[in-house]
Amino acid sequence: MDLVLFYFFAAVTLGSALVVVGQRHPTYSAFALIVTLCSLSAVFGLLGSPFIAVLQVVVYAGAIMVLFLFVLMLLNVKREEPGRVGGGVLKLVGGGLGAVLAAQMGAVLAAGSAAPPPAGFDGSTGHVARMLFSPAYLYVFEATSILILTALVGAVALAKGDR
Amino acid sequence: MTPLQQELVIVVVKILVLFNVLLGLFSLMTYVERRLLAFMQFRLGPNRTGPFGILQPVADGIKLFFKEETMPAGANKWLFVAAPGLAIVTAFLSIAVVPYGGPVHLFGRDITLQIADLGVGILFLFAVSSLGVYGIVMAGWAANNKYTLLGGLRSSAQMFSYELALGLSWVGIIMLAGSLRVSDIVASQAGWFVHWNFLRQGLAFLVYLVAATAEINRTPFDLPEAEAELVAGFHTEYSSMRFALLQMAEYVNMITVAALASSLFFGGWLAPFPALQTVLGYDVGLLWFLLKMGAGLFFFIWLRGTVPRFRYDQLMDFGWKVLVPLATLNILVTAAGMAFKWW
Repeated sequence: MDLVLFYFFAAVTLGSALVVVGQRHPTYSAFALIVTLCSLSAVFGLLGSPFIAVLQVVVYAGAIMVLFLFVLMLLNVKREEPGRVGGGVLKLVGGGLGAVLAAQMGAVLAAGSAAPPPAGFDGSTGHVARMLFSPAYLYVFEATSILILTALVGAVALAKGDR
Repeated sequence: MTPLQQELVIVVVKILVLFNVLLGLFSLMTYVERRLLAFMQFRLGPNRTGPFGILQPVADGIKLFFKEETMPAGANKWLFVAAPGLAIVTAFLSIAVVPYGGPVHLFGRDITLQIADLGVGILFLFAVSSLGVYGIVMAGWAANNKYTLLGGLRSSAQMFSYELALGLSWVGIIMLAGSLRVSDIVASQAGWFVHWNFLRQGLAFLVYLVAATAEINRTPFDLPEAEAELVAGFHTEYSSMRFALLQMAEYVNMITVAALASSLFFGGWLAPFPALQTVLGYDVGLLWFLLKMGAGLFFFIWLRGTVPRFRYDQLMDFGWKVLVPLATLNILVTAAGMAFKWW
């Protein structure tokens, strides 16, 4: 049952991700990306990490993508403009990066890392919270908060301009 | 049947029952809203179809079924068709984690009156409600009409702004209950009604009420469909059953918000006095839940009959400069209260 669901959501994730890249219409791409994020969240859920699964939807699908769509609709973009860099160069760079990614994935698959989660694995919210606020991760967590706060203040300052 | 199959059957039955109850409640609400609004305006409202006009929703349904389905020539066909579906799916999804009664003993096993008691229940609600905006945005954009586009844009900006206050207003409750599970939050309010969260978390309740009204686009926050300036907002170009689906999504969202308010702030299926929880040996939790939810629904109709609409800049100012700071203050006060054991 879990396996069937996993393959289903994996297929949806990959399919919609392909649409994101292959689609010329930015709004379609944005909607396809939302589908990707939602089905990816389902995969996280199947892996026993409900907290990550929900955050995936809340943060990415629910907040960031709304802003993306908002901008796309405000600008009313019809079709993707052809880039200034020639298509040949883009294809070459893209192909090279794709090859690197494929090589990495091949290496990981060859190493056989499809191991089950370690014993005592607990992805529940309570456990994630205890881990996050334990001495091991607390400083990193707080440092990230400060980073985000700085970015926030910076964004406000930039948007306000010299007035 | 194996235990897994039994579980599956129970879940499917629960989903089917809840789905049909919600459909019935939706058609009832269209009638009740029109009647109550009419009474508030010294009119009679629909009273011709059946006794007291109670069959009006049936007549409306038949009419909508047989109307012509139109689509603007410049519309984006796929998204135009998909938008009402998306709106209705997100509307129905969020009610899945709301418990509407205590455990029931049926056929020799305990059945919880809730579709899914998720450990991340509250976060799930937050996720689904943040997806709800896409149905409206998609509808507004796909119709290729400037009024619908403006309606869609307004609604995305509005829902985005008020979602933050909505989520923050839940944090105090989560802290008091010590759990994200909705059934745990209901259980944390057990006892006399003084333990209910609308008293323990009064400020959060007010913030929730305002933010939730904005989330479901009801008056005074119905700017996305402000008929005086945007024709009918994002559903201007919709007709027939697709229009009905968008309407249904709005009403189901309203029902969800009322159900949530009763679960999170009014003790859900708990009675105001523990002695009233059982009548003649039967658990009447479901009735208490329906009563609280009905009061919430009445409140939304009452509000629509009472207050005028916000201006757009006032709406944004209010959301960001009043509600969000108030919700944050509530979190700080709740944290202090828990640290110093005030309650």
